[in-house]
Amino acid sequence: MNTIKHDVVVIGGGPAGLAAAIAARKSGCKDVLLIERDKRLGGILNQCIHDGFGLHKFDEALTGPEYAQRFIDEFNSLGIDSMLSTIVLSVDGKRNLYVSSRKSLTRIEAGSVILSMGCRERTAGAISLPGTRPAGIYTAGAAQNFINLQNIMVGKKVVILGSGDIGMIMARRMTLEGAKVEAVFEILPYPSGLARNIQQCLNDYDIPLYLSTSVIEIHGKERVTGVTVAGTDKNFKPIPGTERHVPCDTILLSVGLIPENELTRGAGVQMEARTGGAGVDDTFMTGVPGIFSCGNVLHVHDLVDHVSDEASLVGEYAVRYLDGEIKPPESYIKIEPQQGVRYVLPQKVSGMRDFTLSLRVTTPSRDRAVWVKDGDRKVARKKMIRLHPAEMIRINIKKEKLQGAKVLEVSVE
Amino acid sequence: MRLYKKIENMEKQYDVCIIGAGVVGNAIARELSRYHIRVAVVEKESDVSMGTSSRNSGVIHSGIHYKPGTVRARLNVQGNAMMSHLCRELKVKIQYIGKLTVAQDEEDIQTLHSLKEQGEANGVPGLEILDAAQMQKIQPGVGGIKALLSPSTGIICPYGLAIGLAENAHANGVDFYLSHEVSHISANGHGFRVRTAAGADLSCSVLVNAAGLYSDRICRMLGITEYSIYPCRGEYLILDKRLQGSLNVLVYPAPRKGGAGLGIHLTNTVDGNILIGPSNEYVDEADDYACTAQIIELLKKEGHELLPWLSTSDFIRNFSGLRPKQMPPEVKGFKDFVIESRKDVPGFINLVGIESPGLTCSPAIALMVRDMVAERLPLREKSSFVAERPGRVGFFHELPPDEQAELVEQNHDYGEIVCRCEQITRKEVLDAIQNPLGVRTVAAIKYRSRAMMGRCQGGFCLPRIVEILQKDFGYRPEDYILNSAGSRLFAGSVR
Ligand SMILES: Cc1cc2nc3c(=O)[nH]c(=O)nc-3n(C[C@H](O)[C@H](O)[C@H](O)COP(=O)(O)OP(=O)(O)OC[C@H]3O[C@@H](n4cnc5c(N)ncnc54)[C@H](O)[C@@H]3O)c2cc1C
Ligand SMILES: Cc1cc2nc3c(=O)[nH]c(=O)nc-3n(C[C@H](O)[C@H](O)[C@H](O)COP(=O)(O)OP(=O)(O)OC[C@H]3O[C@@H](n4cnc5c(N)ncnc54)[C@H](O)[C@@H]3O)c2cc1C
Repeated sequence: MNTIKHDVVVIGGGPAGLAAAIAARKSGCKDVLLIERDKRLGGILNQCIHDGFGLHKFDEALTGPEYAQRFIDEFNSLGIDSMLSTIVLSVDGKRNLYVSSRKSLTRIEAGSVILSMGCRERTAGAISLPGTRPAGIYTAGAAQNFINLQNIMVGKKVVILGSGDIGMIMARRMTLEGAKVEAVFEILPYPSGLARNIQQCLNDYDIPLYLSTSVIEIHGKERVTGVTVAGTDKNFKPIPGTERHVPCDTILLSVGLIPENELTRGAGVQMEARTGGAGVDDTFMTGVPGIFSCGNVLHVHDLVDHVSDEASLVGEYAVRYLDGEIKPPESYIKIEPQQGVRYVLPQKVSGMRDFTLSLRVTTPSRDRAVWVKDGDRKVARKKMIRLHPAEMIRINIKKEKLQGAKVLEVSVE
Repeated sequence: MRLYKKIENMEKQYDVCIIGAGVVGNAIARELSRYHIRVAVVEKESDVSMGTSSRNSGVIHSGIHYKPGTVRARLNVQGNAMMSHLCRELKVKIQYIGKLTVAQDEEDIQTLHSLKEQGEANGVPGLEILDAAQMQKIQPGVGGIKALLSPSTGIICPYGLAIGLAENAHANGVDFYLSHEVSHISANGHGFRVRTAAGADLSCSVLVNAAGLYSDRICRMLGITEYSIYPCRGEYLILDKRLQGSLNVLVYPAPRKGGAGLGIHLTNTVDGNILIGPSNEYVDEADDYACTAQIIELLKKEGHELLPWLSTSDFIRNFSGLRPKQMPPEVKGFKDFVIESRKDVPGFINLVGIESPGLTCSPAIALMVRDMVAERLPLREKSSFVAERPGRVGFFHELPPDEQAELVEQNHDYGEIVCRCEQITRKEVLDAIQNPLGVRTVAAIKYRSRAMMGRCQGGFCLPRIVEILQKDFGYRPEDYILNSAGSRLFAGSVR
């Protein structure tokens, strides 16, 4: 088998991988290789033909492919190497990769590795939906692929389970293509997608969204014929007497995204249960030296703009690692999510550089502040009018504020 | 779109017709394909092995659980012993990983001793009672004070075996009538006419009833009314491969009085997943494969107790199978297999109540049925019989890297991964699409290639497989069928 060497190897050519590769190149590394299993760059953005990308970064509402194209153009103009239609089969802790393409199976020795493999959708099995298993059950993203990329209509009378963004976007898309979307059912008492999508994808098309309601059984032996839904209590258990039957021929699931970390685990990287991604420090380096992570594989982002920003930093750090400038400190300052906070990222920092703290809250609330404290000392505070689990919060923290700190506690108060 | 390969001239004469293409029917067909006789298998579903044979634990039992002298005990031990050779011929995955039956108290220990005695009387090899320390060596962390080790217990890919048997039988001349539900049978003293709902009209001198959950209905078509089947559902959860290393051997609790099955437990599969199940509830319909909220919850609870480090994203799918029980819910318990050559209906070989361990017994059942056929028809061996099925055992991704690299050079379709979770290549998907039985469903691709069976359940590869079927095989949106004529995947083109 052929073995080749590269300084920085980026796995995945979505917005995270593209921005990371571009940043690595711009930081002076001439030997950057990006590997993408699809035949084109752009990642999941290729099938997101709706607009709303880039509002933060470019102050413009671009479609997914348009947003991706800006990065692909820059990637190409910098002459960065890429291998398309090539899948990374495994990575080990010494940064050896096995990759497969139609041409050959190849071993790659990498100086540093950037993991940017994105995420996958949670399935019916993962949420253990009771009932039969007929044709007509799709994840919203798979339906999006069929409709937008293959001109195939998945069904005519649709129920959407889960109020994730992709589900809402598909509710609108299916309606525009002549399907009847009966309703969106969400088991939580609040929607899990962005407020703007509820307005633009559901309200504007008179598609009802039922909160604290779940599908409790699927019906149909060959093709879906309907679902039974019921109201749910605080513990997400169906409330007896609230069951009703909703006829439909299609169920789309938008019940969450799972970072695609099989390669990461294979490399021996320590994972974080709260994010589903690798544990990282303020350089986005995982527990394995020289292996970095960014984008949806690290934690699920709501906005691609943040993915690009995060990944740009990671590209630079991966190069600085090669130059010997990044070494783990003697001891880290831990960052811990406290009351009202679902997760924080990074989970530990060196204290030697400024960083952006990303976090999500556990429940929606209004007029609160996010506090970052070192014991009783205030390190940072961000006042917010509206806090929602669907919206990632970012707080910039200066290194001066970290002197002497051991543990930073993050809470909503 | 046709669901099955068209067989010209639907009026056909056979020596033997077998109703049902489960593992039992297929094993019989494959055994009979060694001889100079004309054999047909008639199956109501669009593919072989769509019933109980693909909905079970996939365990090759040792034979400790059944009373000496029963048909079941004898065929279990015999079938277990035949399986490794058979799997080598058919390129089916099997692993003899052994099983611990674990005792928690003194009473359980007594049970272990009687199981050992019973097993030895049945001819089960290598049984040993282990103390706690010996158990820990084999399976660290296992609870319990003593265990019975049965080293001949194995795991197998159950649909792999059923499909392998069918494809090999087909290669040796057996006709398969798929999507043909037997609706009428008439007997005339020296033979049978078998008609199907889809219009096939077959005649044969020997008729074998291997219809599983429907075997009582086939009996009734011939005026035999003494059998009834009571479907008893077993639900399972499938766990992510991530947990593969958690289990080295099968671990079952010692059976306690009043239990109808072997209890909910963990079972590893040959492809690296773990099953939690099966449960035990009688249902009314022989095709009621629905999973229920109560059982799912129960299985999850058991799962968390047995594997405390389980997380919610480790559950990748649930499914259920139906045991063809001969005992009604009021009575419960086991009844021996019925495998009989009927005196009142000459030429009718009748199999009823082939529940667990029917998968293990299948090759031995086939020999028994062959001997019954031989009483009615002269069986002369064919020199043209080919026992070996082409291909290799296991998947491309299980080969050593250098061998993989070489194969990719020879055939570039091996270099393209279509199913990311299971790392199934385009070559393997193409082979499954062009399967020898000519089954054209999406489920057929799934059971043969393992694509769509991983943690994302086809979220990634179904769109890719659809694209392959469209570009290379000319499928239109309305041609995609999950498993039966009414199970269309799509509503048409967008525009
Ligand atoms: C359907 C949908 C709608 C969205 N809508 C919006 C929106 O309106 N506005 C907004 O701002 N954001 C939106 N987002 C979020 C945004 O698109 C994502 O946050 C962003 O695409 C994540 O980028 P990524 O690079 O981490 O992942 P991806 O874009 O998923 O890229 C990962 C890439 O890695 C490749 N890969 C994975 N594993 C391997 C391997 N082993 N070998 C080789 N390659 C591999 C994949 O093929 C893929 O191309 C949406 C996301 C989705 C899924
Ligand atoms: C939950 C569960 C767990 C089990 N675990 C194990 C185990 O671990 N080990 C083991 O050895 N055994 C196990 N078994 C038992 C084993 O699965 C069965 O004994 C075996 O699969 C039976 O095979 P079969 O071919 O008789 O039946 P089936 O697979 O049901 O085949 C019968 C076929 O007949 C067809 N048919 C029915 N009516 C008609 C008709 N009118 N016309 C045409 N075709 C018709 C059906 O469609 C079906 O395909 C288990 C069973 C269950 C339910």
